[in-house]
Amino acid sequence: MCGSCGCSDDQVQTSGSPRQIVVERSLMAKNDGYAAANRRRFVGDGILALNLVSSPGSGKTELLVKTIEMLGGNDPCYVIEGDQQTSNDAERIRRTGAPAVQINTGKGCHLDAHMIGHALDDLDPAPDSIVFIENVGNLVCPAGFDLGEAHKVVVFSVTEGEDKPLKYPDMFAAADLTLINKADLLPYLDVDIDLMIANARRINPKLVIIQTSAKTGAGMDDWLGWISTARRHAAAAE
Amino acid sequence: MHEMSLCENIRDILEEQARESGFTRVNRVWLEVGPLSCVEPDALRFGFDVVMRGSVAQGAAVEIMTPIATARCLACQHIAEIKQRYDPCPQCGTGPMEMIQGDALRISKLEVV
Repeated sequence: MCGSCGCSDDQVQTSGSPRQIVVERSLMAKNDGYAAANRRRFVGDGILALNLVSSPGSGKTELLVKTIEMLGGNDPCYVIEGDQQTSNDAERIRRTGAPAVQINTGKGCHLDAHMIGHALDDLDPAPDSIVFIENVGNLVCPAGFDLGEAHKVVVFSVTEGEDKPLKYPDMFAAADLTLINKADLLPYLDVDIDLMIANARRINPKLVIIQTSAKTGAGMDDWLGWISTARRHAAAAE
Repeated sequence: MHEMSLCENIRDILEEQARESGFTRVNRVWLEVGPLSCVEPDALRFGFDVVMRGSVAQGAAVEIMTPIATARCLACQHIAEIKQRYDPCPQCGTGPMEMIQGDALRISKLEVV
């Protein structure tokens, strides 16, 4: 019975009376929608997209420069660079001859899938190419944002300590490959590389781990071999 | 501070729901935040108040529900609650655990006018 006048119409809703609505919507739904569109684009064109994530200063850009040089123009490469400010990294990449676009996130701490969609419109990568996305240097936030990539690759350097994977577990859990970079510095450090690897595997037992040095070239062949296998999978998925 | 951009997502969803369901004000929002979702509830509350200004949810209360995180042992298949991603299996003590649930970020329900 209606509480206002005693009528039997219980369908009348008084404006201003609170009601509950069940929503059940993921907060990531919008990003995930853009990521799915990016992934369709990559898969449709047989493009291998890799999302490189790390702390600032792990040597990502130098590693990427060496990687592109070693691929030697046989495999067309494109790069999306993410930083809060400056276009320094994109300029470093362009000197290798690879097309690169810089995204400046301003105060933002990560790249999102919407930004990547626009960057792809600018880059217009050729079919069967490789797109490297160098994310903002941050081991926290980029873990949660799918960009539509085939794999997340964590780059961390030997100077960052054995317990880095335990301190920033989400990123290591989200990645398929870890490159332990600046391996040429190991003789000068007290770091326990076996413990470093064991800690990464504690977070993610399926993680592939390669030690690299962009400076000496150590481990670069293994990394290029991993890319080559991933490319075959990308081509097969087309 | 990706909590701010998550709050912007919340605001967009609430504005969309307001148009679809015909309400003009949100009194209360129930969020499900998994303990392993890499989101700090306090930062989310702070961002929420700032981002909702001028929207249908200005001044709305936030209720954060934290479900437990569970994982399956890759060695003995035992399923248990975990507090961190690297917790060892409580059953066999050796195997690494693979998370089943615990990283959800969801708006579950709203109280609206």
